[in-house]
Order: sequence, then structure tokens, then C-alpha cells
Amino acid sequence: MSISRSSGEVLGLSRQLTRSCYAPRKALSRFRRIPTRAIASYTAPYQANAISVIQSNVDSTSDEFKDNERLMAEAMARLDKLTQTAQQGGSAKAREKHLARKKMLPRDRVTALIDTGTTFMELSPLAGHELYPEAEVPSAGIVTGVGVVEGVTCIIVANDSTVKGGTYYPITVKKHLRAQTVAQENKLPCIYLVDSGGANLPHQSDVFPDRDHFGRIFYNQARMSAEGIPQISVVMGLCTAGGAYVPAMSDENIIVQEQGNIFLAGPPLVKAATGEVVSAEELGGGAMHTSVSGVSDYLAVDDAHAIVLARRCISNLNWPEKPVSPSTAYSEPLYPASELLGIASTNLRKPLPIHEVIARIVDGSHFSEFKRDYGTTLVTGFGSIYGHRVGIVANNGILFGTSAQKGSHFIELCSQRGIPLVFLQNISGFMVGKEAEHDGIAKHGAKLVTAVACADVPKFTVVVGGSYGAGNYGMCGRAYSPRFLWMWPNARIGVMGGEQLANVMEAVGQKADPKLKERIESESDAVYSSARLWDDGVITPQHTRQYLGLGLRAALSGKNEVKPGDTKFGVFRM
Amino acid sequence: MRSIKPRHLNRHAFPRRLFNSSTSAQPDITPITSLLIANRGEIALRINRTAKRLGIQTTTLYTDPDASSQHAACSPNSIGLGAANSYLDGERIVKLAKQNGIQALHPGYGFLSENAAFAQRCEQEGIVFVGPPAKAMTDMGDKARSKEIMTQAGVACVPGYHGSEQDETELLNHAKNIKFPVLLKSVKGGGGKGMRIVVEEGEFLQQLKSARAEARASFGEGGEVMLVEKYIVRPRHVEVQVFADKWGNCVALGERDCSVQRRHQKILEESPAPNLDDATKLDLWDKARIAALAVGYVGAGTVEFILDKDSGDFYFMEMNTRLQVEHPVSEMVTGTDLVEWQFRVAAGEKLPLTQEEIMDRIAERGAAIEARIYAESPERGFVPDSGKLVHLTTPKTNEDIRIDAGFVEGDTVSEAYDGMIAKLIVRGPDRETAIRKMELALRDYEVVGLSTNIEFLKRLCRSPAFIQGDVETGFIDKWKSELFDPLGIKPEVFVQAALGMFASSLTSSTGPHGTSLGFGISASERRFAFKTIEASEQQESEVVEVSITQKGNQLFDARVIRKGEEEQDFQNLVSAPTSSSRDTTTLSTYFPNSRIQTTVVQDPTNDHKVSIFQHGMKTELALLPPTWYEKALGLKEVTASVVAPMPCKVLKNEASEGDRVVKGAPLVVIESMKMETVIRSPQDGVIKRLAHKEGDVCKAGTVLVVFEEEGSPE
Repeated sequence: MSISRSSGEVLGLSRQLTRSCYAPRKALSRFRRIPTRAIASYTAPYQANAISVIQSNVDSTSDEFKDNERLMAEAMARLDKLTQTAQQGGSAKAREKHLARKKMLPRDRVTALIDTGTTFMELSPLAGHELYPEAEVPSAGIVTGVGVVEGVTCIIVANDSTVKGGTYYPITVKKHLRAQTVAQENKLPCIYLVDSGGANLPHQSDVFPDRDHFGRIFYNQARMSAEGIPQISVVMGLCTAGGAYVPAMSDENIIVQEQGNIFLAGPPLVKAATGEVVSAEELGGGAMHTSVSGVSDYLAVDDAHAIVLARRCISNLNWPEKPVSPSTAYSEPLYPASELLGIASTNLRKPLPIHEVIARIVDGSHFSEFKRDYGTTLVTGFGSIYGHRVGIVANNGILFGTSAQKGSHFIELCSQRGIPLVFLQNISGFMVGKEAEHDGIAKHGAKLVTAVACADVPKFTVVVGGSYGAGNYGMCGRAYSPRFLWMWPNARIGVMGGEQLANVMEAVGQKADPKLKERIESESDAVYSSARLWDDGVITPQHTRQYLGLGLRAALSGKNEVKPGDTKFGVFRM
Repeated sequence: MRSIKPRHLNRHAFPRRLFNSSTSAQPDITPITSLLIANRGEIALRINRTAKRLGIQTTTLYTDPDASSQHAACSPNSIGLGAANSYLDGERIVKLAKQNGIQALHPGYGFLSENAAFAQRCEQEGIVFVGPPAKAMTDMGDKARSKEIMTQAGVACVPGYHGSEQDETELLNHAKNIKFPVLLKSVKGGGGKGMRIVVEEGEFLQQLKSARAEARASFGEGGEVMLVEKYIVRPRHVEVQVFADKWGNCVALGERDCSVQRRHQKILEESPAPNLDDATKLDLWDKARIAALAVGYVGAGTVEFILDKDSGDFYFMEMNTRLQVEHPVSEMVTGTDLVEWQFRVAAGEKLPLTQEEIMDRIAERGAAIEARIYAESPERGFVPDSGKLVHLTTPKTNEDIRIDAGFVEGDTVSEAYDGMIAKLIVRGPDRETAIRKMELALRDYEVVGLSTNIEFLKRLCRSPAFIQGDVETGFIDKWKSELFDPLGIKPEVFVQAALGMFASSLTSSTGPHGTSLGFGISASERRFAFKTIEASEQQESEVVEVSITQKGNQLFDARVIRKGEEEQDFQNLVSAPTSSSRDTTTLSTYFPNSRIQTTVVQDPTNDHKVSIFQHGMKTELALLPPTWYEKALGLKEVTASVVAPMPCKVLKNEASEGDRVVKGAPLVVIESMKMETVIRSPQDGVIKRLAHKEGDVCKAGTVLVVFEEEGSPE
């Protein structure tokens, strides 16, 4: 009985509710006709996102596109050939001898060392190209790069003993030091696969005495170890004299038995010095060093075993595992990267539509452009690469005062927010002339240079065209310590173009050397730059996104932390 | 040869008395409410399934090696017995049933199922024994006595001597009378143990000794009592499933052909028997029921006949007074649940179906076939194997595909018990369809961790002779070359093995990783070296190298390098794992003209073994260890020694330390899965040490005999 009554009450109540609900609806309809305010209409996320999508205007069937593509293909073919030659290492005879000793070639060692399915980002494979008149030093006799070992992004440095016994030419030292710089800046553990006869003696004056010479390698090892950047060596061949310090200064090292040797002086030198006759194995072999001297920690049977031990060392670093990228869900660009080969031109006088380049680099071709209509010769804005948010600063013509100010503003934004910066460099310089000078182009340019120099976020530079004059500074040239700097095959670098330089020389009354223009042109070539380590390598334009992605991972993973607002800027001349 | 059409049946072929004998006393009907399942493995699970469906509360038993087995976990109550052989401890089991107030006991097959004394004990303690009366068991259990009864009842028996004169020369004389070849069999025998074929007079005595020894070991006291029988050269094993109730009814649930056997044990069983005319079939059924009724049988039983292929005559062999392993074949073909029948008959009910109804059903339901999946190595003479089921996937079951299994993935098949992993039963509208369906189902049966006969079963199902129904007990031997002819391994198998291992070693590398980068040859090449595992020792194993180059995300080039063959290149393979766990990777790869789906299973604990399931075939390879492996791990191959080929118990050392033996001389007799195997010397040499004494239990790979090294001082 009570149930039925209460349910009856509920029914009554609901009837009441219905009534009371009905009343305001009636009232609402009475007001409907009077327009009082705009309604916050719903915007779907895809609609909101649409404003950031770059619309491509590339016509891949146009003559210009095809022309560009053809000329770029020639440049690419040249680089491909040069790189392949360099990657082979030393002479066929030297390689045969190396393999006959059951040793692995340095690039195979690297492959075995890194995780399956990961990509080794080699640095400057063309280093040393046509550098020394007396000898070819392919890849500067040393393979360096960024690779993933047991999930840890590391710097790998591998001597190529098929190239002049792996001895250190000046460029070898420079390449080794550059790899260490990359390691230090990005806090990457170092793995040295040592197989080197030490300093190249005929070049001793350019290898030994100065600050950035051989000694700096061990200085760096000590400093990095102090900073908590692990140093691991694998001794797979000779480690003589100074070279002996690479393993000795490492946190842990592995030596291959009856193959690796560590000693300050080899048997011939010992005999000459003290008359003592001793075999290399007895003097500094693996068995001795792991059981008697304690110079080495692990004894390996062969190269492959040593590499497995090195991987185990890395797995025990207790290295922090950060999520690979902040957002795992990202989309590829909307347009094919291969079209970059027809977009970029080897003729740097032709304008390069930089939005088309950005559209083929960033996730989903999404680009939140900052100050789109102001200082339009410099394009700035936010995008993502493999889920990492980045700020992009890209040339789209000559730099004016307005573009320089806009660039400075944008770099401040990124520094404040801890967003890495990507510079896409294609600059012939700042605007010149009365109007520009009156406008204060010098101080505006200085603002940009100050901002770039002081910004304490990871910076990445890709030279997609020209890199001339102060434009190089404002767009984060090598001197501004980008974490990585890459060149496209069509890129050129110099204080100014060859023709202009010749004109200037003539103008200041010098009788111009007829060969000067030609020489300057050849010195501006990307290969010439890469051979001297002014960059981290000439890259394939269509892989720009991957290079940046790998660079970002190196700069952001592991123990790296980009804190917003860390940057302290200098005085901006207003 | 389709099955019999029910309309044409001559019902008078079955005298009425076989169906209803209304004159007999009316038994009480007492439904079974609680049950002790005194068995293990698949049969325990199978009994439990029906019991549960009928609302019977079950209790299972387990021994130490079975503690974590499926059957121990399937029932609400499970009781531990201890040692591995405790399933045979009848007294204890009866006591436990009594203590726990359990009403009935189902013995399954094997163990205590045909132990008349045990059935007697159950009866004494007031426990319903789900099986025949002890008396019927005794009559049928003694082979000699059963033949006497059969002969009296008019059922023909194989000519032979079943008497108590057990003197060796006496038996030899009888054998001579019967004429060679003859068969020696223990009166207590079953399952091929203690059984020998003697082809000629000369080897009679030696074989007799050996059979007696084995029988004594298997059946205990009295096992050595032997009977001598005529040996039929091309025999078929045909048996009839019979069922009798307490009301005096008895039906035949069709016949089964179980001719395809190895080591005298069945592996394929089917119903109806192929190439058998209706008259013979009906005659078989009739004789089977006569046999059952002659001993006052109640419950499920099987009357086994030997059918001479040449003459078409059949003889009574024996009656198995239990539910048999292959009972599902009859269930599938008659649409019945024989365990349910057992419970109902034990409760005192009448048989649920009449003979006519059963015949109608058989005509309707077509054919059924059962394959026994064993842990064994057919290529190596079917030697038993044991170990962990590292990977196990089974075909999808439905009303026509049934799996009775006692194991799941991760379980261990113990060497303490029979090595049957599962039974796969398939039904089809006719025999050929059923065989085809069986082969397809077997393709989906994937086992890694131990050797199985699955590949062999597939080949049997493809054998033209088998498809034609040209079966006899010597089938496998007769078609040996066809059945064991090695199948070549396609290069795609090696490629998939390498790609599968590559994929399994991937850490979540997405984003910019995995693609080739920059100028030159940046893609890195990785090489995998595999060794084929040849099942038979005569064959040379082949080393095949595969090099894999990752060119992009899911994009690969592959090269297969085989000795004496041109290198095979596969370019631009699009390959992606569809599922991947630690050791198992399923991947789908687009080869130039086809998509291939493959499962690659690594079994690192088992000699670097990699198993590849592709196109319904299993290939086993060994991943060659890297160059440094042995040296770095300090492994040295023990060349001058003999190791146990399987987990086993040492029965006897045939040689002594210091003996000089020749190649092929018996060294050690081992026992595994209740089968004796003689380990022979692989070389001429002097025995330095016998590592194990009689009774020792050894793992596979354990050193049994060490030889003196060549040239070492005596």
C-alpha cells in the first residue's frame, strides 16, 4: 500500500515538474523575436585548425618545377657519388686487410651497435673531401653521428683504421671535437669505437699544440664525465700514445682480445727507448689490461662481442627514459617532401617560396604564422615536427628593418616559452641603401643577432639556399651555435656572392684577380663547406623533416630539459 | 561407399531381445549428484564438462607434477595426491571419495579404469563406479578368458594359444602350430606395451623375454603371462562402440576404424570405417553386442576386431571396458554425449536412443575423424617429447570442429604421463570433406616448445592412399617414403623468419626513425644466419643467410643466400607486424606478387630455435649464434659423449665403464613416456664413464655416457 501511495506522489510531483518546466519555455518563445546579442556559435576543432593549414601552390608539371628538379638532380647525383665514395672508407686493399683480420668495418660496427629499426644520423660524411693535397681522407677517417643504443640516444665516434691507419689529421681532430660538442650540448652519452694509430705525425703542428687540437678530446671527456655525460670506449684496434687516453679517460671501456692494444708506446718505440723486447699483446693486450693493469674493464672475443658488451654498458647507464615525443599522435605533412627538389632552385637568384618548404616539413602542414602581414620577408610562426613544437624563422626575401624586428620579437616569444627554434636560411643579406640606413637597419639587424645569440633554447639551422653576409648571423649561422646545422645541396655560403666580391675588390681599386670570382664561387659550395666542417653535413632536401626530427630528439630526450624563460637577453638597441 | 540408408535397414537383423528385455528386474533410478573424477588431462576436463552441464558437483585429483594443470583447476574441489604415480593408488582414492562424501566416481581411461578390483572396492564402499560391473571387467580383462567366452558365444577369435602353459618351449610349440608370423602379447596388455611380432622361429625366445620384461614393468605382477596369436599381415583395426544399460539393452554406436597407428598406438580414428560394406558393418555391430551381453555388460565399452584386409574376415580381439580416447568420433557421428549416457546408465536409466535411432543419426551426420596430437617426433621414430608449450594456438572450434585438450599455452607436458596434448575431432557430411576439414584445422594448430606430430598428421590427411580409405595397421610403414619425404623450405620462409625477428627486436621506434637518411648508402644491412633443423639425423642441415635492409618505415629489401644456389633478392617488401609479444611475432608482408602472413616464434631456451608458421606449415630453424657466442660463454661441445635424446629414466646400462664397444652397440636403455628406447653407440670406442645409474631421471641433453678421448692414455 505504502509503495503505491509513494509512487502516486512521485507521479504527482513529476506532473508538477512538467508544468513548471513548461512555463519558462513559453516565456522564452515570447522573447525570441527580439535580437539582443550575437550567439557564441560552435566552432569545430577542424574548422579552427583550418586557418593554420598551408595551401600549396606548387605545380609539379610546370617548366620551372621541372627545370629546378633537373638541376637539383644533377647536384644530388654528385653528392650521392661523393658520399658513397667517402662511405667506402680507405682503399680496397686496406679494407681487405682489415676484413682479413676478422675486424668489422666502422660503419658495420655502428650498425651493429645501434638498435634495430633506428636510423643513424651521420655527421659530415664529406669531411676531409679534397682537403689535403697529399692524401684523400674519406670522411676524415672517422665516422661520427647520433644513434640510438638500448633506447638511449648517443653520440658514436668510430675510427676508420682503413684510412691511414685511423690516424688523426687536423680535420679528424675537428670532426671528433665537433661530435663531442654535439654530445656536450645535447647531453648525449659518448661511445668511442677506437681503432687509431693516434696523431698523424707529419701534420703534428696542426694536430697537437693548439686549444682545439688533440688534447681537447681528453679535456672534453673529463669535463663531460664531470657533467654526468657517460663516456664509453670500445678498443677494437690500436690505441697508442695519446690515443691510449680515450679508453683510459672513459667511465667504462671494453677491449677486444688479441686485437685491441692500449699503450703509451708501441713495441718498436719501447725497444728503441729501453731495449726491452715485448710483443704488442703482452705490452698492452686485452687479457693484460683486463686482468693485470685494470686499464680495461671488459674483455671481448671479437668486434661483435665487444659491441654487445657496449650495448650492455649503455643499458646500465640508468639513463632517464622520456616519452619519445610530447604528443605521440602527429600527422605527416600534407604534401610530398620529394616536391622540395622541384621547389628549391640551384639558381639562388630565383626566389624560394619558403611557405612551400615549411609545408613539407611540419606536421600536417600546420603552421601558425606570427605577424603574417608585417615584415613579410621573414616568415615566423609555430609548428610541430614529429610532435615537438618548434618556432620557425625562415627567410622569404631580403631582410628589412621590419622583418628583423619581427624576428627578434618571435625569438623572444620562443625563448620565453622554451620552444626550440628552427631557422630556414636563404638570405643574401640585410637591405642596404639610404632609406634602409635611415630606418636604422643596423640596429634592427643587431636586435635580431642579439636575440639569436642569446636565445637559450635548442636551435637548428638548415641552409636551404644562400647564406651570405650578416644574414648568416641573424639566421643562426655556425657561429651562433645551433645544435645542428645542415646544408641543402644547392646551398652556398660566403661573405657575399663571387661576382659581388669581385666587384667590391675592383671598386676599392684592387686589380681583380681574374680567377678570384671563380675561386670564391667554388669556396661557397656546400661540399667545400662540409669538407671543412662548417656544417654537420649536406643533406637530402626531402629528408629535412627527418633530420630535424632526429635533431630534436637528440636535443630534447634523456637528461635534457628546456625550461621556459631561462634566456637572458643582452641590450636591444631600440 | 556411403553410409547405410536407414530406410533400407533390415531391422530384423537385430533381434528384439537386444533392445528391451522387459522381463529383467526393474533397477532403481538414483541420479548422480556428486562425482570424483579419478583421472587427469583432457579426459578429466571432458568428464567435468558434461558433469557440470548436468548439475553434478565434481571433485578432481592432481599429483605433484599436475598441481598447476588445467584439470586440477577446472573443478570447485581438487585434491592433491602427491607422487606422480598416485593416480593408480586406488585405495587412497576410494578413501578420499568416502571422506568427502562423494557419491560416484568416474575413472576416465587408463589408470584405474579397467581395474576390476578397484571397481569392486568402490562397490563395497557404496560409491557408484561409472563403468561396467567388476565381473564384466574381470571377464574381459583377462584376454585368454575373454576369448573363451567369445568363442562360446559364437564370436570368432584370432587363432592362437591363450592357455596357462607359460613355459618358453611350450609357447614356441604353440607358435609353430599357429604358424609364423605370430604375435606375442601380455594377457594384461594394452596400448602396445609388452607386445611383439615374431616373424620367424629363430627370434621367438629373445622376443618373448623382452615382451615379458616390458609387460612386467608396465602391468606389474602377472604381466609376464603371454598369449600367442596368429599375426595377420594386412590387418585393419576396427572397433565398435557399444553401450548397455542395467535394463538389459545394448546398442552399437557405429564402428570406428583406428588402423592408422604408430608404435601400436592409434593416431587417426574415424567413423564410419571406410571401404566396408553394409553387411560387414551390421555383422560387426551384431557381434559386438553379443560380446557385451555375453559378459552382462553395463555402460560404455568398445569391442575391438581385427579385420583381415585380404580375406575380409574379422576376429574378436578384446573388449575395452572403459570409455576410450577416441569416443568423440562416435559422439560426433551419432550426435550424442557418451559421458552423459554413462551417468544416466549408472543412475539406472534406460539408454536414451534405440539402435534404429542411432542408425538414422549416423546416416544424417556423415563422417567424423579424430587426430591425436602428440608430443613426439615422427621423423625420429615417434620418440616422445616433453616440455613447455611456449606457443599454442588452436583452430576455431564449432559444432563440427572439436578440441579435447588438457593443456593451454604455458603449460608443461610432463614426461611422467602420456604425451597426448590434444584430440582434434572434425565432422563432415562425408569422409573426404571431413579429411579436408581436418587438414585445414591442423594448419591452424600451432605448437612451439616441443616436437609434435601435427605436420605429420597434415601429411597423412593429404596422403592419397588415406583419402581413398586404403588403410591398414601397417599404413605408416607402407607409405613411409611418401609421408617422410623431406619438404623443401621456400626462400620466403627464411625472409619472413628474419623479418619477424627484426620486428620482435624493435623498440617503439616511430617518428623520424626507421627510414633511410641522406646521401650514399645510409640504410644499414643486418644479417641473419639460420640453420635448418633436419628431423632425421641422416640429413645434412643447411645454413641459410638472410640479409635485411630497412629502407623506410615498414619497407625492406631482403636477400637469401643459400649454398650452391644463386642469391635471391626481394626488393621493396612492405612488412609490418600485426601482433608482437616477447617471443611471438605475427607479421604480414607484401612480396612482389603475394601477401604472406606468418607467425614467427622464438624459443630461446631451446637451442636458439625459431618456429615459422606460414601457409599452414611449420618450419623449424635454428638461429646461428654469433661468432663469439661459444667462446665468450665458455661453451665447449662435448664430442666424445652420448646424451639423452629426450627426458627419460635410465632403465639399464648395457655396457660398463672401461668396455670397448663398437658402433651401434647398445649402451643404455632408457624409458620415456612408458616407452623403452635403446641408446646405441655412435662410434667405436672405450667407455670412460657411465654418468647415470639405473633409475636416474635425466633431462634431454644430459650426458649419459662419456667415451675415452682418442689417443688419450688408457
